[in-house]
Amino acid sequence: MTTKLFGEPVRRREDARLIAGDGRYLDDLGAGALAVAFVRSPHAHALITGVDVDDAIDVEGLVAIYTWEDLPPGVREPLPLLIPHPALTHGRTAYCLAKDVVRHVGEPIVMVVATDRYIAEDVCERIRVSYEFRKPVVGLENAVDGPHLVHDDVPGNVGAHMVQEVAHRDGRATRDVIAAAPHTLEFRLDVERSACMPMEGRGVYARWDADDRSLRVYSSTQTSTSVQMAIAAKLGLPLPKVEVIAPDVGGGFGVKIVHPWPEEILVPWAARLLNREVKWTEDRREHFISSAHERAQVQHVKVGFDDEGRVLGLDVEILHDHGAYTPYGIIVPIITSTQLLGPYKIGSYRVEFFSVYTNTVQVTPYRGAGRPQGVFCMERTMDKIAQYLGKDRADVRAANFIQPDEFPYDQQMIFQDGRPLIYDSGDYPESLRKLKDLIGWDEFPLMRSKAAEEGRRLGIGIGCYVEGTGVGPYEGGHVQVTSDGRVHVSTGLTSQGQGHETVFAQIAATELGVPIEKVSVVTGDTRRFGYAVGTFASRAAVMSGNAIALACRKVKEKALRIAADALEADPADLEITDGMVHVVGAPNASIPLATVAVLSNPLRYAFDEEAKRATQFATGGSMDRPPVAEGQEPGLEGKDYYSPVRSTFASGMHAAIVETDPDTAEIRILRYAVVHDCGKMINPMLVEGQIHGGVAQGVGGALYEKMVYDEHGQLLNASFMDFLMPYVTEIPKIETDHLETPSPLNPLGIKGAGEAGVIPVSAVIAGAVEDAEGIAIDRMPISPSDLYALRDSSRTSGAVSRLRNTQ
Amino acid sequence: MHDVTLIVNGVPRHARVPARRLLSDFLRHDLGLTGTHVGCEHGVCGACTVLLDGQPVRACLTFAVSVSGQEVTTVEGLARDGQPSAVQRGFAECHGLQCGFCTPGFLTTATAFLRDNPAPSDEDVIEAVSGNLCRCTGYQNIVKSVHRAAELLAEEGP
Repeated sequence: MTTKLFGEPVRRREDARLIAGDGRYLDDLGAGALAVAFVRSPHAHALITGVDVDDAIDVEGLVAIYTWEDLPPGVREPLPLLIPHPALTHGRTAYCLAKDVVRHVGEPIVMVVATDRYIAEDVCERIRVSYEFRKPVVGLENAVDGPHLVHDDVPGNVGAHMVQEVAHRDGRATRDVIAAAPHTLEFRLDVERSACMPMEGRGVYARWDADDRSLRVYSSTQTSTSVQMAIAAKLGLPLPKVEVIAPDVGGGFGVKIVHPWPEEILVPWAARLLNREVKWTEDRREHFISSAHERAQVQHVKVGFDDEGRVLGLDVEILHDHGAYTPYGIIVPIITSTQLLGPYKIGSYRVEFFSVYTNTVQVTPYRGAGRPQGVFCMERTMDKIAQYLGKDRADVRAANFIQPDEFPYDQQMIFQDGRPLIYDSGDYPESLRKLKDLIGWDEFPLMRSKAAEEGRRLGIGIGCYVEGTGVGPYEGGHVQVTSDGRVHVSTGLTSQGQGHETVFAQIAATELGVPIEKVSVVTGDTRRFGYAVGTFASRAAVMSGNAIALACRKVKEKALRIAADALEADPADLEITDGMVHVVGAPNASIPLATVAVLSNPLRYAFDEEAKRATQFATGGSMDRPPVAEGQEPGLEGKDYYSPVRSTFASGMHAAIVETDPDTAEIRILRYAVVHDCGKMINPMLVEGQIHGGVAQGVGGALYEKMVYDEHGQLLNASFMDFLMPYVTEIPKIETDHLETPSPLNPLGIKGAGEAGVIPVSAVIAGAVEDAEGIAIDRMPISPSDLYALRDSSRTSGAVSRLRNTQ
Repeated sequence: MHDVTLIVNGVPRHARVPARRLLSDFLRHDLGLTGTHVGCEHGVCGACTVLLDGQPVRACLTFAVSVSGQEVTTVEGLARDGQPSAVQRGFAECHGLQCGFCTPGFLTTATAFLRDNPAPSDEDVIEAVSGNLCRCTGYQNIVKSVHRAAELLAEEGP
């Protein structure tokens, strides 16, 4: 019987508990805990002039009210700026509770602890905060060099300014190359704000053990180890006295990588101070106005190209709205700047961004993390070049592709991990061929004309991307085989629905040659594994997957050595199949891995029948050697780390056929095709699931989702009633095909898959709508009303360029 | 304070709660049945869907006191004889869940739907689950899961 499970569509091991209602999400824990609610600013920009609690203190069930003045040193300091960068000259972070000033609607001002959430919210309603209003800064172009400031000490509201240039190989600057190019185009693109919107919001639950003087914290986070370090530092506790566990997490998509959230410091602090269990569960409105958003950018593009559509020079200026604070640095615009290049060889490239403060919710990575904006820019550029030259859009892309024999391909930039942007492997022409086959690219003109005969309007769009995945610095894995034959795997990074318990078990079962039923996996629990970075940037499978494989190889080597002694064989002649160590080709000369585990740990005391075999009078080892040989450790376990030299680059291409209603401007996706290359797949079923989910979020971002702020900085659609996330009725059937170009950078040859689906969708849909309508689509998302207005203005004023007669 | 007694998953359950206690909070916090999840608190996402006398309702829009005496089925009550129901198995077989937070609402909704429509078309299934939000799966495998559940139910017989 084979135990090879790597690459198989193994069913998820998480599901048994989740379908039974036995999952344990944050708010399912701590039944007796005190509840926290916050008074949050209803104003986008104001000085706090007073907090009056007189009407609140008599509410029965109230336990405590805290403002910034109540916080101890450490907790009262600004929250950390997690990823500093030399270009982020004016980084600013919030306080746990606002000190003097609020800079966006939703900023926490007062923390209330009560016996239950209903009462805590009653108390919040009775607390009166007085304000002195300041002019809010809303909208990117109002912010830059505008008359009003978000932070008094940040001139022009510019937090960061960065220019990167890759000159032409003959040394000419990009702008000179463009000026001398046979053809040039210049245009502006807009991408709106959206947000991760996991179905479970954030949440924190803390228990202080006064006897042990230790703290256990559960957080709905994407990084438990880093939350642990932040809490220990802020509360002045020794690191080993703080345990942080990510329980079942109801989706993350990026927002939960930000840490420490104010609540992740305040709740443990209050739990220790009050010596009571304390819990805060974010509600949906809080998630809209108090967590994080992403995507908003304005891009000004100039491109020079030749008669074949090859890009000779590309000059992009980006205005990036990072909201009121920059806890996550400028990772998002850095990713936009670098990943914009996609699968293309761009002759020369200049990218400049201004990252700007506004009085809105802070901007931190959302699945895709700046790539959807970059891909939107590049793919719109490709479409415009094709349109200008009268060429097929796929052909123009193909003319610019990096070729399969050109890997590793150095884009000569610095990526988000601080390392060179060098693509490790890929086959873009083959991806395009598969995509054209899948969507029926060459047959589409016929389909379009047939539809036109029925009065229907169709368009097709295409989008290509390259995604740097598996960024460092490292992850680790620990693998232990116990004397019952069970294999216990742990890794420090967390899970939010990706299926890590399944894929890591597949890797361990394959590496060790044991049935998957014997393997259990724990993630995101600092009690089990203390060193980790976190789950983001499509890195979990690459990082922890490889670390676990390496740890398993150590365990296997030790197991074979011990078994070789017992079987009087050469370790090189042994293999493990279905949990039995045996001589290759001689299955009768065997010993169960469970017994090897027993033998690996010389015992004085027997506690069961198996253990008897390892006790001091039972073992027949040499009397001249110590029971544990020099340089060895008792037990059948191993730990290892995977730290990549740089990121590995996954890629993909999407195409869609859309229909637009000639009267109502409704946009319907008729077909959606994905060709995806994430190297070797551990579990194709789960990869497909990741793609489906990503595309659905992409469709949301292309057609429905945007954060609507008014000029006062009020978020007008802070509910699921008004922020339109797609239901099943909005998502087309997604057709997929795969390509597997293994990564040469890691032992398993894998690349990340988590974010891929979302990345090119806005570009694809914009291209398809533009193709259907013959009107330039330069702003996403696009609603039927938007399209209707575009049609109107293109008919009447000619303000929008008509690209082609659609009849 | 009000005495509320519900028949939850076939068992009479009682608690004394304020009139404003939501059914979702009553189930989760007073009865400890945390399988029912709350995703939006305003009746849009459907994660909190439970069956009230067999019909899907939003537990986050229902006061516990207003349904006293009625029968409620939560996700914890879908299994039969300790075995997952056909609907639950359908979701596990077809990768119909990822983070699993919205899943209880889909499972209860699909359970009532397939009881009334055991051989649904694709359009029927899409219509049936069109009131529930999922942020992970893109729905394709959820639709597949409901179809698979219909097959499993048919195999089980009446």
